[in-house]
Amino acid sequence: MSQTRKEMLTDPLVDNNPITLQVLGICSALAVTSSLQVSFVMALAVIFVTGFSSMFISIIRNHIPSSIRIIVQMVIIASLVILVDQVLKAYLFEISKTLSVFVGLIITNCIVMGRAEAFAMKNPPVASFIDGVGNGLGYGLILMLVGFIRELFGSGSLFGVTILETVNNGGWYVPNGLLLLPPSAFFIIGLIIWAFRTWKPAQVEEREYKIQTVEAH
Amino acid sequence: MPDQVQEKKGLIRKFLDMPADSVPKTIFMAVAVCLVASMCVSAAAVALRPVQEVNKLKDKQVNILQVAGMYEPGVDVVEAFQVFEPHVLELSSGTFSDQFDATTFDDRAAASDPELSRALEDDPASIGRQSKFVTVYLLRDDAGEIERVILPLHGYGLWSTLYGFIALEANGNDIFGLQFYEHAETPGLGGEVDNPRWKALWSGKRLKDDDGNLAITVAKTAPDAGPDYHIDALAGATLTTVGIDNLVKFWMGEAGYEPFLQNLEAGVL
Repeated sequence: MSQTRKEMLTDPLVDNNPITLQVLGICSALAVTSSLQVSFVMALAVIFVTGFSSMFISIIRNHIPSSIRIIVQMVIIASLVILVDQVLKAYLFEISKTLSVFVGLIITNCIVMGRAEAFAMKNPPVASFIDGVGNGLGYGLILMLVGFIRELFGSGSLFGVTILETVNNGGWYVPNGLLLLPPSAFFIIGLIIWAFRTWKPAQVEEREYKIQTVEAH
Repeated sequence: MPDQVQEKKGLIRKFLDMPADSVPKTIFMAVAVCLVASMCVSAAAVALRPVQEVNKLKDKQVNILQVAGMYEPGVDVVEAFQVFEPHVLELSSGTFSDQFDATTFDDRAAASDPELSRALEDDPASIGRQSKFVTVYLLRDDAGEIERVILPLHGYGLWSTLYGFIALEANGNDIFGLQFYEHAETPGLGGEVDNPRWKALWSGKRLKDDDGNLAITVAKTAPDAGPDYHIDALAGATLTTVGIDNLVKFWMGEAGYEPFLQNLEAGVL
């Protein structure tokens, strides 16, 4: 095995982050990050689903016919997502109302499918589980970072606790309404990608084209 | 018996030993994966249902408190809910019925019970069957006079049936508030029925104009009766808006609460 288990867990956090390097799972990252609490629950849900779906798929990987492998993966992923949805509705009702459709959309989160197809189909269960959890953590890390910025500057609070007293409540802070809208997450993720690639220049992709020098005739 | 088990095991073994890409194996895997997955999902759904039901009931009570303007975050919902006086209302006569226990009467179960409901011919709210009895909640002031009434209503929007409550002042004509506690409209478009700013539009509007005609309208432009009877449409959610317009008119009309509201206005309750 080329990677140690610890590396498999920590590698997707920064060096091979599913959002910033592979640019997967963006849509839910835009949708749920307007508050930290929701981001946190979403991150936990994705970690659970990527970890266990990778593990189960890996267990039966040698028996999955290649012609229906995507469908088999989807059935396993979808079942786990429904499980998460049911548990949220039972124990975190308020949050499940806010997350609404986005829990269901974990099914279409490219990170989950990506790890199932790229890793779990070829690797043993324990390694697949760790890989899944690692990628879930990488997704969760970015979600928390974006959620932190959006909630702090968009509503002046963190985890619902007021940090910057907003003008509406008689304080001094004028919240930035743009940060509560999904497009703001685009800018923040873009800035995070920039920061990551400045810190780790190895992540910068090679140009697909060459700049030509124009010769004077 | 042991032989049969042996044979059964042998059959699964046989399938597992086949090459993964053969046709029987493909069918076997498809069936097996679906079976196992559906069993897990249904087991979870059944096991967690009681807890989910409790949450739903609490959420409904919070919504009744909110629509009546009695909700503050952090209050003990069960305790705060004691201020309401639940009654089972017979819609056709507009009077309270004591056939049922109002604390346990289930409107939704009644709507599908042939004994307790009727099929609708004229059905603008697209609900199919209407219960003859519904649970309403009264809020009394310190002198024991009715201050507000909270009436349930529901109807079809774009994707889903919207379930909600409307709170009316004691004169049976002034709206105090309206909100939906359960729906599956598109988040961001029809889902904006939950937006506090839209819900606030309902406060202070009136159901009937001076001639006693039902004038309340949810639409882009105000009706002839004037802005007191107009709730602005939801931008980008025409069908949800039409659905709400229909369901409010239906429930506030003859087939709905009209007899009750007349009794309320006459003070005979």
